[in-house]
Amino acid sequence: MCLGIPGEVVALGDRPGMATVEVGGVRRPVNVMLVEQEGVEPGDWVLIHVGFALARIDEEEARLTLDHLEKMGQAYQDELRALAASRAG
Amino acid sequence: MRDRPAPPDAPTPATEGGPVAVTSAMRFVDEFRDRDTARAVAARIAELCEPGRRYGFMEICGGHTHTIYKHGIEDLLPEAVDLVHGPGCPVCVIPMGRVDDAIWIAEQEGVILTSFGDLLRVPGSRGSFLEAKARGCDIRMVYSPLDSLRIARENPDRRVVFMAIGFETTAPSTAVTVLRAAAEGISNFSVLCNHVSIIPALRAILAASDLRVDGFIGPGHVSTVIGCEPYRFIAERHGRPFVVAGFEPLDILQSIQMLLLQLHEGRSEVENQYTRVVSWEGNRKAVRAIEEVMEPRATFEWRGLGWIPDSALQLRKEYAAFDAERAWEVPAARVADPRACQCGEVLRGVIKPWQCRVFGTACTPEAPIGTCMVSSEGACAAYYNFGRFSRPRAAAARRG
Repeated sequence: MCLGIPGEVVALGDRPGMATVEVGGVRRPVNVMLVEQEGVEPGDWVLIHVGFALARIDEEEARLTLDHLEKMGQAYQDELRALAASRAG
Repeated sequence: MRDRPAPPDAPTPATEGGPVAVTSAMRFVDEFRDRDTARAVAARIAELCEPGRRYGFMEICGGHTHTIYKHGIEDLLPEAVDLVHGPGCPVCVIPMGRVDDAIWIAEQEGVILTSFGDLLRVPGSRGSFLEAKARGCDIRMVYSPLDSLRIARENPDRRVVFMAIGFETTAPSTAVTVLRAAAEGISNFSVLCNHVSIIPALRAILAASDLRVDGFIGPGHVSTVIGCEPYRFIAERHGRPFVVAGFEPLDILQSIQMLLLQLHEGRSEVENQYTRVVSWEGNRKAVRAIEEVMEPRATFEWRGLGWIPDSALQLRKEYAAFDAERAWEVPAARVADPRACQCGEVLRGVIKPWQCRVFGTACTPEAPIGTCMVSSEGACAAYYNFGRFSRPRAAAARRG
């Protein structure tokens, strides 16, 4: 719940404030309305908390964060499993 | 939990300092993405420590606590630097009474209670969500509050209650979900709001007479939302340097260096080590979403810290239709922690996890007595899982 997970925006959603984001190899709908003022486009990276993008980050930061999360082991795997099971939309 | 290493041995006197410490420090340095920088920062930290002076730095966020133990940061620090674990683990600060209230709601006719998986094992006075589920309550784990909203849409004849927890990092997502429920007119969705605010908790910590903290390692994710400005009173009025930090081991080391440099130069300021993600002004849109839907509660109980004024959020009157506490008269009983549990002292930084009388014996991640052992970001679970015992061993050797 407390982990911020980087994801890459692959498409803007058909509903306002939503986007399809690739996270840990899985494509999920993510709410991006809280970072929209910065402009969100496919190819952008965002930091996601419980299904919401809270910050835009650059690709280098995304890579560092993913590397760190992978070293965390169980806690990150649990979060990814929860995310993969999420049907939020 | 299957991958968890064997529990650490009870602290035993061991060879202190010298070659042992150096070996372990080198081993942990290998885990850093930039070993040379890590070594250089560790060396600079040692230089900045003034002879005879001791330093206590509180890392507020549970994510930082996790990184510190996982990567053995303490083993890279001079003896004079002590890391104190703060109250920034939202699962850890939930009092038993709130867990009881949620289970009471789950027991009502036609209710589906939803919550983050982190809460599943948190003990209430009549057991955890997991045990309530086994008794037949419909309790479902979700990744996002939006999952709860979907469950409400799909179950129009049931009442779906989301047990919301977290600091300012998760409060915006609950707020936006409530706004969406209102916009869509979803009337069978409500929130049992347990969101807490970091600033009032820090005020309470700063007011404590037993405070042994010379500076703060600030929470990275919370600051993504609230920015850096709200911490200014800590630096200016309380004279404690405050550095917002990222979550990699090198981020933590650099933040400690920044804190020591401020103290060395006689400064006390808010600095941002995590500029890669955190801006000074934070995410204004997220803050506005919280403010639109929620307002401060007069007071809220924190495990270990007691009742703190204005420290938590409740739904505003305008969103009363989505407030589970207005829909039901929850018992709201105040439940004392089990006598053996010392989570309170751990959360205030008064004792270390391994100093708790039930740590690793009666209280383990599989059968937790206290919340600090439940969450993977709790100080006790972090100590237990990663078995970082070099400091306690050294201390035991000194005492012995």
